[in-house]
Amino acid sequence: MTAPAPGRTADTVSATTRTPRIRRGATTRAGGTVLTALTWVIGLLFVSPVLWLVLTAFKEENQAATDPPTLFFQPTLDRFATVLGADFLPYLGNSAIATLASTLLVLVLGLPAAYALSVAPVKRTQDVLFFFISTKMLPVVAVVVPIYVAAAHLSMLDNVWTLVVLYTAMNLPIAVWMLRSFFLEVPAAIVEAARMEGAGLPRVLWSVMVPIMAPGIAATALICMIFSWNEFFFAVNLTAAQAATVPVFLTGFITSEGLFVAQLSAAVVMASLPIVVIGWTAQRQLVRGLSMGAVK
Amino acid sequence: MSTATAPPSEAPVKAARSARPTRSGRATGWARRAPLLPALVFMLVVTQLPFLATVVYSLRSWNLLRPDSQAWVGLANYAAVFTDRQFLGAAANTVLVTASCVVVAMLLGIGLALLLDRRFWGRGVVRTLVITPFLVLPVATALLWKHIMFEPVFGLVNFVLSPLGVDTFDWVSQMPVFSVVVALVWQWTPFMMLLVLAGLQSQNTDALEAAQVDGASKRQIFVWITLPHLRRYIELGVLLGSVYVVNTFDTIYMMTQGGPGTASANLPFYVYQRTFLGFDIGQSAAMGVVVVVGTIIVAMLALRLIFRTFMNAQEARS
Repeated sequence: MTAPAPGRTADTVSATTRTPRIRRGATTRAGGTVLTALTWVIGLLFVSPVLWLVLTAFKEENQAATDPPTLFFQPTLDRFATVLGADFLPYLGNSAIATLASTLLVLVLGLPAAYALSVAPVKRTQDVLFFFISTKMLPVVAVVVPIYVAAAHLSMLDNVWTLVVLYTAMNLPIAVWMLRSFFLEVPAAIVEAARMEGAGLPRVLWSVMVPIMAPGIAATALICMIFSWNEFFFAVNLTAAQAATVPVFLTGFITSEGLFVAQLSAAVVMASLPIVVIGWTAQRQLVRGLSMGAVK
Repeated sequence: MSTATAPPSEAPVKAARSARPTRSGRATGWARRAPLLPALVFMLVVTQLPFLATVVYSLRSWNLLRPDSQAWVGLANYAAVFTDRQFLGAAANTVLVTASCVVVAMLLGIGLALLLDRRFWGRGVVRTLVITPFLVLPVATALLWKHIMFEPVFGLVNFVLSPLGVDTFDWVSQMPVFSVVVALVWQWTPFMMLLVLAGLQSQNTDALEAAQVDGASKRQIFVWITLPHLRRYIELGVLLGSVYVVNTFDTIYMMTQGGPGTASANLPFYVYQRTFLGFDIGQSAAMGVVVVVGTIIVAMLALRLIFRTFMNAQEARS
């Protein structure tokens, strides 16, 4: 990260270190406290469905569906054990392969393309960019029929690598767009200097640009990972027992076990946890990645 | 490669590449285009070929349940699509769901972003909490809203509303589209919030302070300085949000199955039903083509708008 402003790094700044810009006396400070409290309340209210879900995951089944809702109870890990017992791990493995492999492929294909579109602008850059973005506009329903037929012909149904290819295509447009804006940020002088030294294009890309762009690449990868992990349409229609991913696991969980709210909550928590944790730890990159397209 | 006579110690490949730009304009052009090709070819093969196939299928009568039934039928599938009330209903739902979700999520996102832009105790924690709905699996979000929030007897929504006399109202079956939109808005608000927050934090504080010194009120500063600055971020949020929300499938699949009847089906769900439950390849393909044409018309208008600001900004930079 390119040395963010000191105030920005520590979000949990205590009231004493506030910038001197706000010095309007006691009324403003009281107003600030009220606003802070309001922000907390709204934030907690907004996320309360998730908090309730997590709480429910630790309940016994008969505490999960009560009227009025049960707030205090003896937490148990049994529901999580049941989910693990329901063959959750193979789904997790498939999701991990589909997510990581497609994200890697997106970067391998997207980095050179984004470079070509930024540093050495191809004629009609705008057309090519437009093409990439427009493929994102192509509704999945417009391509799913031939993809299904082709996958059936090639015996690629229920194969996790089919998902890898499709997820790569799904994320590549947005990745190229984001990576291009990160490339635009790299000072041209540095690239010039490297080329003067006689470095070829792959070398310039790998040894000069990539290290500078590491946070941007991380941001792009993160967004690709979120969308791949969460993808459902292709997963549910093109896979069965062998290659099904975590979102498909959740559907199967209900139909085969009947509806048990506590158990479902535990399954949902486990299915979402990997991406939620990654997203939390990398939220700064997430903001950067999302906003780059707007700025550049 | 063999022309690289007596290369020093460098790998011949690299020597050849770095020499290329100096040779001729055409070679330079190709050297510049080459890095673009793999991605371009990949996208053409994975997205454009299937689309061409869709167009071909749409001109055929083909039901997977009757393998012998294949024949060229011209535009008959399209005629069927345009007279299909359920298709038109699904199209209307798609527009309704996408527009309402994107607009409401954006308004809420702006509100949350303004609250979170201040420095206050625990800002990082609140922001972390608030982005969570965007990270949770959409399938899980749908289940959460259907079975925990909107559940008629034990659901939290009815519990909270019980002082108002709401008892066991079945939201999902009585107001299916509304329920789907609520879940989608909840899921997409953090995305909009993140974008707007990035916009707010990239504001030039000098301009804000100058306005303050000049005696501008907070409202004036927001309307005349902050909002114009946020415009590009808001446009981007609306564009990206629409692109994803228009394709919503999981929320409807998990919450309503398009029901009751086809009351809450959107286009992705309806085409899915016709393809994977009706096995009618020809008609599904025709619907796909119609959806694409419709999307392109809407998207072209939107994209032109975005790209204008996008490219202007770039010219201003260089």
